[in-house]
Amino acid sequence: MAVLDVNRIQKKYQAENGEITALKYIDFSVEKGEFISIVGPSGCGKSTLLSIIAGLMKPTSGEIVVNGEKIEGISNRIGYMLQKDNLLEWRTIYNNVVLGIEIQNNLTSENKQRVNQLLKTYELYDFKEKYPSQLSGGMRQRVALIRTLAINPDILLLDEAFSALDYQTRLTVTNDIYQILKQERVTTLMVTHDIPEGISMADRVVILSYRPAVIKDIIPIEFGLENRTPLNCRKTPKFSEYFDCIWKELS
Amino acid sequence: MDNPQISIERIKYLKRIKRQKEKILAWQIGILVCFLLLWEILAQAGIIDSFVLSQPSRIWKTCLNMAQNDLQKHIGITVYETLAGFILGVILGTALAFVLWWSSTISKISEPYLVVLNSLPKIALGPVIIIIVGAGTQAIIFMALAISLIVTVLEMLNGFQNTDKEYIKMAQTFDATKFQIFRKIVFPYNIATLFNSLKINIGLSLVGVIAGEFLVSKAGLGYLIVYGGQVFQLDLVMTSVIILAIVAALMYEAVALLQRVVMKKYGH
Repeated sequence: MAVLDVNRIQKKYQAENGEITALKYIDFSVEKGEFISIVGPSGCGKSTLLSIIAGLMKPTSGEIVVNGEKIEGISNRIGYMLQKDNLLEWRTIYNNVVLGIEIQNNLTSENKQRVNQLLKTYELYDFKEKYPSQLSGGMRQRVALIRTLAINPDILLLDEAFSALDYQTRLTVTNDIYQILKQERVTTLMVTHDIPEGISMADRVVILSYRPAVIKDIIPIEFGLENRTPLNCRKTPKFSEYFDCIWKELS
Repeated sequence: MDNPQISIERIKYLKRIKRQKEKILAWQIGILVCFLLLWEILAQAGIIDSFVLSQPSRIWKTCLNMAQNDLQKHIGITVYETLAGFILGVILGTALAFVLWWSSTISKISEPYLVVLNSLPKIALGPVIIIIVGAGTQAIIFMALAISLIVTVLEMLNGFQNTDKEYIKMAQTFDATKFQIFRKIVFPYNIATLFNSLKINIGLSLVGVIAGEFLVSKAGLGYLIVYGGQVFQLDLVMTSVIILAIVAALMYEAVALLQRVVMKKYGH
């Protein structure tokens, strides 16, 4: 059974100067543990789609189903990571990481233990009493990921989550985060405008058309590598084939 | 800091900064001393009329004289009224800003009223305030409150509304309630705004208190100034004004000190 079903989603925006159809018809489903990248021309409504799945925005029609259950509003089974790390500068790393469970009134000793475990596994435990300004961009992004994973979501949404980082950091951070997600077996949907980044992490790439968006194509990505990491993928000849294929679909 | 051996360039640089600071302080003190000396000499020589403009030695004498009478009482009353108006203004102002932040409808409805109230010179309400709350300390505190309240509301509301939207969106993804968003994001985000408004308000409250004391009072620095003027004791007026300046500076510094303590705890 699919973890996530995006069923016939349509979204129209109402503004004073008219109506805009952002999403015309979006329908796909995601299996457990899968990594999906969503690419499309800028302004095609990629982020709108993610906001709808996250429950921050209501679709005009259609529904979002998680584990066979229709969800209304924000569900704690979905974690959402934004472009900026949004770490609160006045809180220590530890207090930033527990923000989500604190808001959900779930600050149990079990959850605290889980957070400490995550911090230890991903080499941030020594920094837990430090403040965000004392960390590098890559570390901050890892902290933001752990904050999202702390609520133990079934599905993780990444909204251009790495685009605020410089290129070098970005490559290492995507590598790190990819491994964290595979290790924690988190089902992930990532929106990106960076096609290589999308290919390097995805099991499938969903290509959206220009507004009003429909799904143009869904391309399964298979490198046949034993130790698949985003960095390894980039070295294979198949990588540029996938790139050409997606590039053609987009232009 | 990694290098325990400080280079010669570094030592020179640090020295230069230190010298620059000393130079500025020396100039600041020097100007004050020169001003006082010049004032005293010109008054002694009869070039300026010390009956109207007083002179440092007479101010000093008046000050000592008053200290033996009831100067402390007058200072105490003015400080008390200022702090009362200030604290009320900050609490009420922040609470009102919270309400306006909470409901954009209420905020939009009240906008023209706030704009008008903000530009209205609140001292004009003096007679009305005296009639409503009675001629006494409460009227003075009310005046201080009236002057500082609207500014606080506008300043804090502006801060609340300009909280980084991404932070709020992040909290929303965890299904935070509006109150949680305020408590965990919007308010701590605006600690610096709060202190800026505190710094403005301490001055404004003092303006309100002095204006109130001019209108109704039997004690306080404002009272001394008015009284001195009426009996043509300009020494008393000048002394009170100078003490008022010192009191204002001290209260401002107290707020600045509080800010440093709080920011050390919250800000990073």
